[in-house]
Amino acid sequence: MARFIIRRLLQMVVVVFVLSLMLFFWLRSLPGGTVSAILGERATPQTRAALTKALGLDQPVWVQYWRFVERAAHGEFGTSTRVLPGADALDIFLSRLPATIELSFFALLLAVVLAIPLGYLSARRAGSPLDSGLVVTSLVGVAVPVFFLAFLLKYQLAVEHHVFPVSGRQDNLSCTRVTNFFVLDGLLTREYDCSVSALKHLVLPSLALATIPFAVIYRITRASVLEVLGEDYVRTAESKGLTARVIRGRHVLRNALLPVVTTIGLQTGGLLAGAVLTEKVFNWGGIGNALADAFEGRDYAVLQVLILAAAMIYVVINLLVDISYAVIDPRVRTR
Amino acid sequence: MTLKRTAPLVLMTAAALSMTACAQSERDSGDGGGGSSDVKDTLTFGAAGAPELFDPLYATDGETFRVTRQIHQGLLGIKPGTADVQPELAESWEPSDDGLSWTFHLRQGVKFSDGTDFDADAVCYNMERMYNQKGAGQTAAEYWTYFFGTFSDDPEGSLYKSCEAKDADTAVIDVTRTTSSFPTILSLDSFSMQSPTALEEGDANNVQAQGEGFTYPEYSMNPVGIGPYKLDSYDEANKTVTLVANDDYYGDPPKTKTLVFKIIPDETTRRQELEAGSIDGYDLPNPVDWQGLEDDGNNVQVRPAFNVLYLGLNPEKNPKLKDLRVRQAIAYALNREQMVTSQLPEGASVASQFMPEAVSGYNKDLEPYPYDPDKAKQLLKEAGAEGMSLTFAFPTEVSRPYMPDPQKIHAAFTKDLEAVGIKVKEVSKPWNGGYLDDVSANGAYDAWLLGWTGDYNAADNFLGTFFSDLKGNDFHTSVMPWGKTLSEDLKAADAIVDEDERAAAYEDINKRIAEEYLPGIPISHSPPALVTSEKVEGLVASPLTAETFDTVTVAK
Repeated sequence: MARFIIRRLLQMVVVVFVLSLMLFFWLRSLPGGTVSAILGERATPQTRAALTKALGLDQPVWVQYWRFVERAAHGEFGTSTRVLPGADALDIFLSRLPATIELSFFALLLAVVLAIPLGYLSARRAGSPLDSGLVVTSLVGVAVPVFFLAFLLKYQLAVEHHVFPVSGRQDNLSCTRVTNFFVLDGLLTREYDCSVSALKHLVLPSLALATIPFAVIYRITRASVLEVLGEDYVRTAESKGLTARVIRGRHVLRNALLPVVTTIGLQTGGLLAGAVLTEKVFNWGGIGNALADAFEGRDYAVLQVLILAAAMIYVVINLLVDISYAVIDPRVRTR
Repeated sequence: MTLKRTAPLVLMTAAALSMTACAQSERDSGDGGGGSSDVKDTLTFGAAGAPELFDPLYATDGETFRVTRQIHQGLLGIKPGTADVQPELAESWEPSDDGLSWTFHLRQGVKFSDGTDFDADAVCYNMERMYNQKGAGQTAAEYWTYFFGTFSDDPEGSLYKSCEAKDADTAVIDVTRTTSSFPTILSLDSFSMQSPTALEEGDANNVQAQGEGFTYPEYSMNPVGIGPYKLDSYDEANKTVTLVANDDYYGDPPKTKTLVFKIIPDETTRRQELEAGSIDGYDLPNPVDWQGLEDDGNNVQVRPAFNVLYLGLNPEKNPKLKDLRVRQAIAYALNREQMVTSQLPEGASVASQFMPEAVSGYNKDLEPYPYDPDKAKQLLKEAGAEGMSLTFAFPTEVSRPYMPDPQKIHAAFTKDLEAVGIKVKEVSKPWNGGYLDDVSANGAYDAWLLGWTGDYNAADNFLGTFFSDLKGNDFHTSVMPWGKTLSEDLKAADAIVDEDERAAAYEDINKRIAEEYLPGIPISHSPPALVTSEKVEGLVASPLTAETFDTVTVAK
């Protein structure tokens, strides 16, 4: 197990290194660049040259890359030019990350809490109108693009009927920031109205973001429970006269949930991609939002850090999924 | 095992609780209540982008200036609703006979928001501080470079010479040459007066180049100036900037105590926030929404147009364009009247020259070239340029006040040009993705769409920007026989001290540009708007988008 984890972590180092190289050269081969983004119509040949030199962008790309690696080795990942000019790119990542985690967490929570019971129910009543209805719903969930659904939800529930806020993470209540997880911060500082406001703002975006993981988890649960229900040990348990509750908990769900756990893990990685779009629609100040701003303003340092960090998170999540799989299913461990 | 089984239950309860919490909570848009008055004490305005920092010397974009304008003032200010200067921290000023030395009589009894006195010493401290920028600070002080030229380590190229505190209420600023821009440029936000004490303590000039960006000192996030408001907080995580009334302000206290800028980059979301009542107004509503917003009871205020959209031409890239008849043919070929009616917002007009009417030096006698495709064909024939080809570019991923939808404008003009037999090769690039580089640095297109929004009321800010610099200008006038004359005449006109005489000189230049030179085709002037809900009163739209919010009230 330890060797497996170490090997995967080493692989991650290689992935990050190669990605950083590709990213660095790709960003700089894009037309335009930081200097045009900053100067706009006001650019003169003189100011352009001065700014290019000051930012070190007049050097050959490989020299720039070497400097980047040198600085990165000292924990310096560069300075933002657009998202928050002058701020350290890593600080921007760290301050924006809680927003994305908060959104993804609630979306996943919503998906899991709804999908597993419904998937189980569907399987127990396979073929019933309820089952057919749920299957169709889940299909729609996968088929409708996240941003479209987000837009629809926003229009109906926020603009037309003022049930939820239109955008943002919180009303302007002068809340104290501790961790930048707004719901948690409100609880920690006992500013409960801050938590409530943050929760209200969370509902629509997490609902929109939850649809795809909900649909996937629901279908896997349903299929898996159906399969387990037909297994010999379930029939044996029933014939032994065990109560329905014990059969459901110990025999059916425990076994059926193995593939579901994997799916949840994989969906977590996928959530990051969906979060980018959802954050845009709901003006949610997370990683996705920062990524869009940084790209528009050609904020190289921030783009590099955000994309590399996102890649690392993805790799780590996949590793955790693999580990958890081994922990839950003893057959994997002994292999 | 037990943990595993109860976990889903815990999660479900948590979710259920959170849902109830949402349902029960009151919807409250952050109004503090308080008092029996019928106005709110908070105004929330939807901004289109995040501010960069709050030391205006290092700021470069409108979203930042929108904030700094409320917390900083300069020697000169802008008269609300116009592009003209008015006294602000200086009550009056007069030049010496040669126009090289300017005496400013300062407003008395004024304090910065940290209690420091505002006097002539503070004025000179600020001027010297800007002039003495070093290293990366010079590059970051973009507006100084643009309007004053160089810094103290290269005094030859600087417009600013020196500052002397004659007595506490009188500051004398010397300049190295006469120009219509001075002292008007002192009304620009970048050159606002800031507290010498705070600048000193906050190590305000400590800008360093690091990595691919600059690091700024503490001070840039903790500004101390003179204005109706002062900065309370910039909540980056929640994308809001909060300003509160500055109790030390010399003028009338702001009518609304707290001013919140909520950063909402997406225009549709800004509109939805206004419809939902969570913001009281926002900037730059899409022209197609104006009618709908008005119908919903909102107040769409159209700013007087202070910009120009033009079709640039590069005779160096395409030598056929060196012939005046070809350039005139293009002007006759374009149906600008129709484009303005169908593509631009209400209040837009066809341009006859490269500056809007509000600028002194505008030539009222000039008429735009009329739409006349037959004349265009005839001119092309005379010039032997029938069937010429033209690389014509437009930017994508951008909307400017003078150009709401570049692609549509480009499409209309392409049709017009093809109708007179010009073979158009369409090119497009993202605004920040190489378009501006190709227009300015690379000179890559024969023809392109671009525009300019004025910084202040001076013809030099328009014509000078386009044609003064002979070597580096986008229109490549250096290859034209008249390029040098135009550049020299513009510089001479700018140096005329007498205002009427100067205006006459610019009127003459405008006439020659339109009739003899035609380095590009001026297209249109297009007014940007801002929108407020029906509860908002007292916001005066500024042609320079330099609105101040201290006179604004929001009804409950």
